[in-house]
Amino acid sequence: MTETATQLGFTAEAFNALLGSRKEPDWLTELRRSAFKTFSASSLPDRSEEEWMRTDIRLFHPERFAPPAIGDASASSEEIVEPLLTRGVQLAGRTAAVDGRTVVDQLEPKWADRGVLFGSLGRLVAQHGELLRPHLLARAVDPHADYFSALHAAFWTGGTLLYVPRGVVVDEPFHMISSLNDGRVDLGHTLVVLEEGAEATLLAETASADERAGGLHCGAIELLVGPNASLRYVNLQNWGSGVWHFARQKALVDRDARLQWTIGALGSRLAKVNQHVALVGPGADVQVNGVMFTQGKQHLSYHTLQHHEAPSCHSDLLYKAGLQGHSRTVWRGMIKVDRAAQKTDGYQRNDSLILNSNARADSIPGLEIEADDVRCTHGSTAGRVDEEQVFYARSRGYTRQEAIRMIVTGFFQQIFDRITIESVRDALAEAIGRRIREYE
Amino acid sequence: MIDVMKHESLKITNLHVAVEGKPILHGVNLEIRRGETHALMGPNGSGKSTLGFAVAGHPKYEVTEGTIELCGETINDWSPDKRARQGVFMAFQRPMAIPGVKMADFLRHATTNVRRPDRKEGEDLIPMREFRKELRGKMEQLKMDMEFARRYVNDGFSGGEMKRAEILQLAMLMPKFAILDETDSGLDADAVRLASESIAQIGGDEMGILIITHHDKLLEHNTPDYTHVMLGGRIVETAGKELAEELHSQGYDRVRADYPEAAEAELGVRS
Ligand SMILES: Nc1ncnc2c1ncn2[C@@H]1O[C@H](COP(=O)(O)OP(=O)(O)OP(=O)(O)O)[C@@H](O)[C@H]1O
Ligand SMILES: [Mg+2]
Repeated sequence: MTETATQLGFTAEAFNALLGSRKEPDWLTELRRSAFKTFSASSLPDRSEEEWMRTDIRLFHPERFAPPAIGDASASSEEIVEPLLTRGVQLAGRTAAVDGRTVVDQLEPKWADRGVLFGSLGRLVAQHGELLRPHLLARAVDPHADYFSALHAAFWTGGTLLYVPRGVVVDEPFHMISSLNDGRVDLGHTLVVLEEGAEATLLAETASADERAGGLHCGAIELLVGPNASLRYVNLQNWGSGVWHFARQKALVDRDARLQWTIGALGSRLAKVNQHVALVGPGADVQVNGVMFTQGKQHLSYHTLQHHEAPSCHSDLLYKAGLQGHSRTVWRGMIKVDRAAQKTDGYQRNDSLILNSNARADSIPGLEIEADDVRCTHGSTAGRVDEEQVFYARSRGYTRQEAIRMIVTGFFQQIFDRITIESVRDALAEAIGRRIREYE
Repeated sequence: MIDVMKHESLKITNLHVAVEGKPILHGVNLEIRRGETHALMGPNGSGKSTLGFAVAGHPKYEVTEGTIELCGETINDWSPDKRARQGVFMAFQRPMAIPGVKMADFLRHATTNVRRPDRKEGEDLIPMREFRKELRGKMEQLKMDMEFARRYVNDGFSGGEMKRAEILQLAMLMPKFAILDETDSGLDADAVRLASESIAQIGGDEMGILIITHHDKLLEHNTPDYTHVMLGGRIVETAGKELAEELHSQGYDRVRADYPEAAEAELGVRS
């Protein structure tokens, strides 16, 4: 675990050591170099920028972290955190990374035989460079968008690839988990490519070895859903309460394709996530489900964008947050409809349930519409548990605590009802149930 | 056994209740023994629901004077859940919706708590199969579709459906004392008849029931042993079932004329 990279900071030295250790196609090395250049030239965002106005990272010191140690598969698989999403599920393949290094890399042969690629992105990009070149950090996530995207693009390790060829329907889910030990760094990259007519489900989890562990995650997710393909993607973020979590996540959804994207945001000290869905082909259909539950001093900031670039697409986003302690959530949602995107049907909603008067939920919905024949609606609510509901339940024998637990569970049920994967519903309900403990 | 139960009562003595500092009840006296049926009538705003909330222990309804006793014990300080677990039930005039919580799950938890008053949070609930069987039986009795149990508690229920759901809860929880606050309102003619029959059946001769109503249909199968009239936050008159008939057909003019002081208090609250 304690190999060469004990040096702290994302320095040129560390970068060169990383390049030297990897056997990657030239185009990828070039991509890393140009990202590193951007990274070196940029500084941490500050609160003068709209996206960071409500999110204070002055206590984040990147120089205190070391890039993930070099080389794959040397960490022990015992360090993998117990997954939450796989109970009773037959998997098509699975990967696990610990502190940014892949330690499990498995794909069922029957799917490999059908041309599916799944596993360590580092390994697969070395083998299938030309196949992945048009997709990796090229179409969805921009390496040069900001400090964090550049950091990620320059230094990423331990990622996961899922590639499903044309017309292949994988009816068992894939699973990936990234674990962090206290103080460590994960820069995992997730790339999903579904060719025309392909179907798949990927369950992704990130978690710390300890609930209170610190660390850094600076990641990116790219979901490229080809024409008439169908993807269900779940990412459950369950880092320890000391982890800094920065991520750019983007899906491109092509003609008549379907995407159900479920986000569970439970962990981390501070999260700043850009979740961007681009509907790029006519008839694309996207459902986004966000489940946030915060406590202590957590600060979770999610910036969602539903970008309708093509006509006749449908997007439906629902984020629900429950807040305890002194925690804070920021949801900033935008539906953007291009001039060409006539007959757009877009919806976004954010509901927050505030369980402690010290908690705070900011909800900022927005619409930017250039087409004229569209239907777009948005809404948001934030409130406390209704005392009349509590009394009603208590008059039926519920203790106050039981009543609140039930009401909070009911609040999230509306979003669970949308999630079509049973193990995901159960895991989220259980994780939230365990966390509901306070209300005054 | 029956005799012992007859001595068990819900006894309200000189009850004064204020809501947000505003006095609503001004000294209510009422004793309901198990097995008895009482009707409580009175004009809108006279304080009937307030009495129900005070007995059920709603924190907003502050008892400023007087006592509520359950089987000889003063329960003024009891939490609402303790009251429920010890046998007090109120069917709400306006039941609350709890979105996302299925009726069956809600009731299974409630039933377990009420049947095992010492149950701690997290302890086992009544086994699902056993509970479902019992629930199905009760729902058949009440001619309710099983689909109902899968719906979220009162969420999007019609007025009548809510009232029927309250009766179902009564049937499952089998309290010692039940206050039914306008459980007939919103029900169609057939449903009121069914409700009246069901309540009589559920109550048997072991439940003390207080029926708050503006009509007489619910009383058809639940002949009141006593009828009380509330006016201006007091019970001004108590008599037998004939009083309910009179009030239903003739209204409250006679009562107001007979109790000018209470009638004035009524106006005071309204202004
Ligand atoms: N929660 C409350 N907040 C404010 N005022 C209240 C509250 N509950 C009751 N009141 C007031 O107390 C008075 C009595 O109300 P209550 O609901 O007990 O009347 P009621 O006899 O049940 O009337 P109805 O026949 O219309 O149901 C009314 O003036 C009402 O406005
Ligand atoms: Mg009333």
